[in-house]
Amino acid sequence: MKKVKVATVWLDGCSGCHMSLLDMDAAIISLAQKIDLVYGPLVDTQEFPEGVDVTLVEGAVSSQDDLNKLQKIRQRTHLLISLGDCAVTGNVPAMRNSIPVNKLLQRIYVEGAQEGKIVPTDGVPALLKQARPLREFVKVDICLPGCPPPAKTIATVISDLVDGRKRETGLAVKFG
Amino acid sequence: MPQKKLSIRIDGELISAVEGQTILQAAKANGKYIPTLCDLEGLTPVGACRLCIVEVSGTDRLFPACTTPIQDGMSVTTTSKRLTQDRRISLELLLVERNHVCAVCVSNGHCELQSMASAMGISTVRFVYNYPKLGVDLSHPRFVLDHNRCILCTRCVRVCAELEGAHVWEVTSRGIHSRIVSDLNQKWGESRGCTSCGKCVQACPTGALAEKGWAVEEMVKKNDKISALVHRREVQV
Ligand code: SF4
Ligand code: SF4
Ligand code: SF4
Ligand code: FES
Repeated sequence: MKKVKVATVWLDGCSGCHMSLLDMDAAIISLAQKIDLVYGPLVDTQEFPEGVDVTLVEGAVSSQDDLNKLQKIRQRTHLLISLGDCAVTGNVPAMRNSIPVNKLLQRIYVEGAQEGKIVPTDGVPALLKQARPLREFVKVDICLPGCPPPAKTIATVISDLVDGRKRETGLAVKFG
Repeated sequence: MPQKKLSIRIDGELISAVEGQTILQAAKANGKYIPTLCDLEGLTPVGACRLCIVEVSGTDRLFPACTTPIQDGMSVTTTSKRLTQDRRISLELLLVERNHVCAVCVSNGHCELQSMASAMGISTVRFVYNYPKLGVDLSHPRFVLDHNRCILCTRCVRVCAELEGAHVWEVTSRGIHSRIVSDLNQKWGESRGCTSCGKCVQACPTGALAEKGWAVEEMVKKNDKISALVHRREVQV
């Protein structure tokens, strides 16, 4: 049987959704036999590959770099999943959205710093004006809210996709 | 004077109701569920959230069940594709209008807005998030008002005016600029009318009004107490 190519991506999130993904106990073993993890924080691939079947994206779109990544991922992925509230609603990263970016950086890196009071610019991507959910930039196929979404829900969704099951009634969903 | 009995149909079923009841009251009395958010038993209904909309045969218009009085021979439909769709839109609009960051909210896990979204199977919204800049009033010694979580249901306004008799809360401005204000747009802590009874906090369906000192997920409201109080007092509002 051909293995399903799965990628995971970490944008502006806390990695909690990836923790939840790893938290699915024994289910991860049976799942691991059916999928090929081709990209993500858990594997060593540098470049997002072509022809990925399912990509789970954690985090909001906060920087130009996030946006570039997301657009490439969308082009190269058959099915895109927004994983967790940051990806679905903006959530905690979006709490900065009513503060202008320069004021925000000034407050944190200069006023709030004890030493090295300087806003970093080298090697860090420029922030977008606001952190926003994936679906405001690209087409998203499935949204899994939750902060983080329960491991069981993630496991169910992935194994449904891998085994080609269609779910008629919706999954139990909850923001937060 | 005995109240006049009317007969209506709810989802095809013949029901005997009392003149003066709203569609929602008649439905509830007969064990039929209609989703609600702004309604709170014991307070005057205002029709603010539009979740309780129903179809009434003979007209294409939708009616809020909480404010529409029954009429003899009326036939009401409480579930349909159109109603599900429209209720969902209303709820999505509430979710995008202000900042609902459930993960860091005192009411996470005990919020009527959040649980209604879950019940409706809402996993995302179709609208663009508004992310407005809104304040938090911390001036009251015991309570907090966080405008970020307010859905303008006006339960606080009504419970304070109708049950406590203090009438501290009002709604100011219009449309998307509407805000809950205490007294004449003063800080809550400076309100001379507020008795600190906490009824508004208990009645509030979301994390907008909360007791101080609770962390994320810790604020559990007792709004059944409000309805119980009304019944005990036998107040007719
Ligand atoms: S008020 Fe309810 S919906 Fe809004 S953030 Fe708090 S828990 Fe979530
Ligand atoms: S605490 Fe009581 S008196 Fe004060 S605003 Fe709330 S309901 Fe009104
Ligand atoms: S503060 Fe709470 S009770 Fe008052 S209008 Fe807002 S959501 Fe409703
Ligand atoms: S419950 Fe009827 S409009 Fe809100």
